[in-house]
Amino acid sequence: MNASQATGRAAPLALATPLVRLDSEPYYHATGDELEVFAAAAKSGLPVMLKGPTGCGKTRFVEHMAWRLQRPLVTVACHDDLTTADLVGRYLIVGDETVWMDGPLTAAVRAGAICYLDEIVEARKDTTVVIHPLTDSRRALPVEKRGEYLEAPPDFMLVISYNPGYQSVLKEMKPSTRQRFVALDFDYPEGDIEARIVGHEGGVDDDTAKKLVKLGGLTRKLKGAGLDEGAGTRLLVHAAQLIASGMAPAVACTAAIARPLADEADTRDALDDLISAVF
Amino acid sequence: MSERKLFAHELEVRLDELLLLSLRQRSAAEPAAQLEALPRALQERVLHWAGVAAQTSDDLGWLIASLAAEQAAALGEQLDDWARAGLDAYDCSGLAATRKALNEFTAASRARALRSQDSVSFGAVEGRLSRFLQALDGRPLRLVGGQRAWTDTETLWLPERLDAASDAAGNRRLYKIIATLLWAQTRFGTFTIDPEPELGQWPDRERALAWFALFESMRLEACIAAELPGLAQEIARQRGPWPAALAATAADLARPQATAADSLACMAELRRVGAGDTPNFAHVGALDPLAARRVRAARIARETAVLRRALNVLAAMDGKAGAAKNADYPPLAAEAGMQVPDPYADLLALPPAAQEAAKSLLQDLGAIPPEALHAAGPGAWQPVDGVEQYVAAGVTTQPDAFYDEWDYRRGAWRHHWCHLYEMQAPVGDHEWVAGVRSRHAHLIRSVRRRFEALRGEDKPQKRQFEGEEIDFDAQVEARADRKSGSEPSPRLFVHRRRIERSLAVMFMVDMSGSTKGWVNDAERESLVLLCEAIEALGDSYAIYGFSGWTRTHCDIYPIKRFADRYDAGTRSRIAGIEARDYTRMGVAVRHLSGLLVRQNTRHKLLVTLSDGRPDDYGDEYRGRYGIEDTRRALLEAREKGIRSYCVTIDRHGADYLPQLYGPAHYAVIDDARKLPQKIAEIYRKLTG
Repeated sequence: MNASQATGRAAPLALATPLVRLDSEPYYHATGDELEVFAAAAKSGLPVMLKGPTGCGKTRFVEHMAWRLQRPLVTVACHDDLTTADLVGRYLIVGDETVWMDGPLTAAVRAGAICYLDEIVEARKDTTVVIHPLTDSRRALPVEKRGEYLEAPPDFMLVISYNPGYQSVLKEMKPSTRQRFVALDFDYPEGDIEARIVGHEGGVDDDTAKKLVKLGGLTRKLKGAGLDEGAGTRLLVHAAQLIASGMAPAVACTAAIARPLADEADTRDALDDLISAVF
Repeated sequence: MSERKLFAHELEVRLDELLLLSLRQRSAAEPAAQLEALPRALQERVLHWAGVAAQTSDDLGWLIASLAAEQAAALGEQLDDWARAGLDAYDCSGLAATRKALNEFTAASRARALRSQDSVSFGAVEGRLSRFLQALDGRPLRLVGGQRAWTDTETLWLPERLDAASDAAGNRRLYKIIATLLWAQTRFGTFTIDPEPELGQWPDRERALAWFALFESMRLEACIAAELPGLAQEIARQRGPWPAALAATAADLARPQATAADSLACMAELRRVGAGDTPNFAHVGALDPLAARRVRAARIARETAVLRRALNVLAAMDGKAGAAKNADYPPLAAEAGMQVPDPYADLLALPPAAQEAAKSLLQDLGAIPPEALHAAGPGAWQPVDGVEQYVAAGVTTQPDAFYDEWDYRRGAWRHHWCHLYEMQAPVGDHEWVAGVRSRHAHLIRSVRRRFEALRGEDKPQKRQFEGEEIDFDAQVEARADRKSGSEPSPRLFVHRRRIERSLAVMFMVDMSGSTKGWVNDAERESLVLLCEAIEALGDSYAIYGFSGWTRTHCDIYPIKRFADRYDAGTRSRIAGIEARDYTRMGVAVRHLSGLLVRQNTRHKLLVTLSDGRPDDYGDEYRGRYGIEDTRRALLEAREKGIRSYCVTIDRHGADYLPQLYGPAHYAVIDDARKLPQKIAEIYRKLTG
C-alpha cells in the first residue's frame, strides 16, 4: 500500500479536461494593437480581460494567441451554475477509494496553459473569487480539498471574456475582480476587414461577403430597438458557410441570421425585409 | 327593466335629467319624439350613451342624443359601436369631427366591410417598418399614420391604409417601398436644394410638386440600388417599366452623380415642352419642400449649436490641460477658442449627443459647417444658451409616451389618452438621508440582519450522482451494501445548489399633493430603509415617483432606475421626493410595469406606496373611473407576470383596495409614522 492509498487519495486522475494544442494557425485578422498587448501581458504573467459583444472574435483571438505563443489552451464556457469545484476539481469514488480529478483551471495551471474563461459574468459570484490569487503577484491556486498550493508556472496565463452589452446589474463584474486584468476592447471589425474575414471563413466571394457585412451593420442598428444585440461576425460567417454550401443567400441569411436573432414577429419581419433589401 | 316602451314625455324627462337641457334652454322634445318608436332596449341604449357622453361634455351628450334619435333605428345592433366611434372621434379631434364621424359611420362601416381583405392598415405594419427604417443609415425617423405619404425630414407620414396591390403581401411591400423612398429623400439630399425658383414658374404648384416627387423617385431609386440592391429590384417590380416617354429621363437621373438639381433641370425641360398630367405611381409619396426645409433649417441651427457647445467644452478642457502643463505660460483664453479642432478626430471625443448632431449635420449638408467647428470664444459663450432652453422646451412639449386609458362607462379604451413625461427627478439634500440613517441606525441594522438571512444560500443536496463533495453517509451505506452482496447506490455525492433570488421590484411612489407633510416624510424614510434592506438582499429594484395634472401631464420621476446604484445621487433624489399634483394611477402603472417587465428575473413585483385612491384634477378620474382604469392597468400587469402590492396609509383603503389589488395584496397602515418600521417587514414577508 503506498502513501496515497493510505490516505484514501490516489494520484490525480487522467484528465477529462481537453488541453488543446493548436497545430495550425487559427485565422485572425488584427484590428489594432491587440496582438502586441496580449503578447506583452503573456510575457509579464499578467491576466487579460477581453471585452466585447458576442460573436466579434474574442474566442478566435485567444485561439490565435495560443497558437502564436505555442501554449496549450483550456477553454471553459461559464454558466450560471458553474461552481468552484467545476473549475478547481473534485474527488470521485473508484471502488472504495476516492480519486482526485483536476478541474480545467487546475489542469491549466499544472500544464502551464492559457486558461480561457468565456463569459465569466455568467458564473456564480463566489466562483469568480477562486481566480483572484492567480491574478495577482501570488500567481497561485490553492486547492483546498487536497491541501495543495499550486504555484503557476510562467507559461500559465488566465484570460477572461465578458460582454459589457448586457445591461443587467446582476451581470456586472465586481471592481475587485475587474481591476486585476489587462483589458482589451473588442468590437465588430470595420466593414472591409469584416468582409475579408467573412469571405475567408465562410468561403464566399467578395461581393457576397460585402453584402453580408452590410446586412450585419444594418442589424446592429436595431440594438435596443427590438434586438438585444445585432448580428455578430460569427453569425455572418455562418450565413456565408450556408451560402458557400449552395443555399440561396436570402434563405441562408434567414436561417443563420434573422431566426437566431429574434423571436418577436415585428422584429423578425423587419429582419426579413432587411435581408431582401440587401440581396 | 320593464319591457314597456317609454313614451315621448318620459323620454323627454330622462334626457333632460341626463343632459340638463332646460338649463341650456334646449328642448328634448324632438329627439324624444323620434325615440318613442324604438323598442325599449334600444331606447335604454341611447339614453345610456347620451349619459356617458354627457359626462365628458354636455354638448357631446346632446350631439349623441340628437343624432342617435335620428339614426338608432337604422343602426340597431351597431349603436354601441357607433357611439364608441363618436366618443373616440371627440377624444381625438373635438365636436365637429364627432358629428362627421357619426354621420358617416354607416357609410364608413359599409366601406370597411366592402374593403378587400387584402388591404393593409398602417397599424399592422408600423412595428415592422419602424424597425426596418431604424436599421437603415441616417438620422432616426418617427413613423406616423396620416392622410398621405410624405416626410418633413424628421417624421415620416404614411397613409392609414393601402389597398393598391392585389394582395396583402403586396400592400405590405408597397408600404415598405413608400417608406424607403421617403427615407431616401432625407438621406440622399432631396431637401438640400431650394426648389422654389423652379416651382414658382409652374402655374399649378400641386402638379409641379408631383413631377418633382416623381423625378426624385427615379433618382432615389438608383441611390437605393447602390446600397440595397434587393430593395431596388422590388421597387422596379412594383412600378413596372417606366412609360416610354419617361424612360430616357429615368435613365439620366439614375446616374450615380445625379442630384436633386438634376431633377429640377428635368422639370425645367418638361416645362418648356409642356407638361401633361403626372403619371400616377402608387409608390411615389408627396413632397412638401417648404415644410421639410423649415424643419431642416431649425435642425441645422440646433445641431450646429449643440456641436459648438460640445467643442467649446473640449476646447476649454484642452486649455486647462495646457495650463497645467505650461503653468508659466498660461494660454490666452481667446486662443483656446481660436483653435479649429480637426472635426473627424474630435468627433470621437465628443459626447454621444454631439456625435449624433455631427452625423446629422453631415447628412444634411455633406460636411460640417465651419461655424459649427469654431468653438465660440469663452468670453462670448454663456453656459446657459439657447440650446439648453430648446432642450428644456423639448422635454415639456413632446411626451415620452402615450397610453390608452380604460373608460368603464364606455366599456372602451380612450386611445393615446394620457401623455406621459419622464421628468428629471428633483435633487434634495442628501444630508437628509444621512440623518435618517443615523436616526434609524438601530432599525436599519436589525432589518439588514433579518434580510441577510433571506439571501440565496447554498442548499446542500445529498445523495446526488455528482457533486462537489462526497456524501459520507451514502458512501458508508454503499460499502456495507457491497459487502453484503446487494447492489450499492451510485448516488454518493453532495451537490450544493444555490437558491438564487431572482426578483425585480419596482416601487411606485405617490407624489401627489395630498402627501405633503408627514406622509411625504414617511415615504422618504421608508424608501431609505427599504434601500438599505434590499441592498443587503441583493434584489434588483427601482424607485419611480409619479404625479400629474390632467391626462396631458402625467409625470414620472425616476428616483432610482434598475441600473442605478444606491449612491449619493440616488440618495439625494430620494431626499428630493416632494408632494406635487394629482394621482392618475393607471398610466403610471402601465408605464412602470412596462419597464419592470423588461427585467430578466423570474419574479417581478410592483409595490405602490400611496396615501389614497386614484385621483386627478377635474371630476373625471376621481371615483369609480380612476379605480376602474387602475384596476384594468393592474390586470394588464398581472397578465405580463407582474405581481402587485399596495401599501397605503389611507384608512378608507379597505373600501377599494381589495377591488384593485385583490384581497391579500395590500396593507393599510393607520399611522404614517409607522410606515418605515412596517414597510421592511412587509417586503420581507412578500418576498421571503
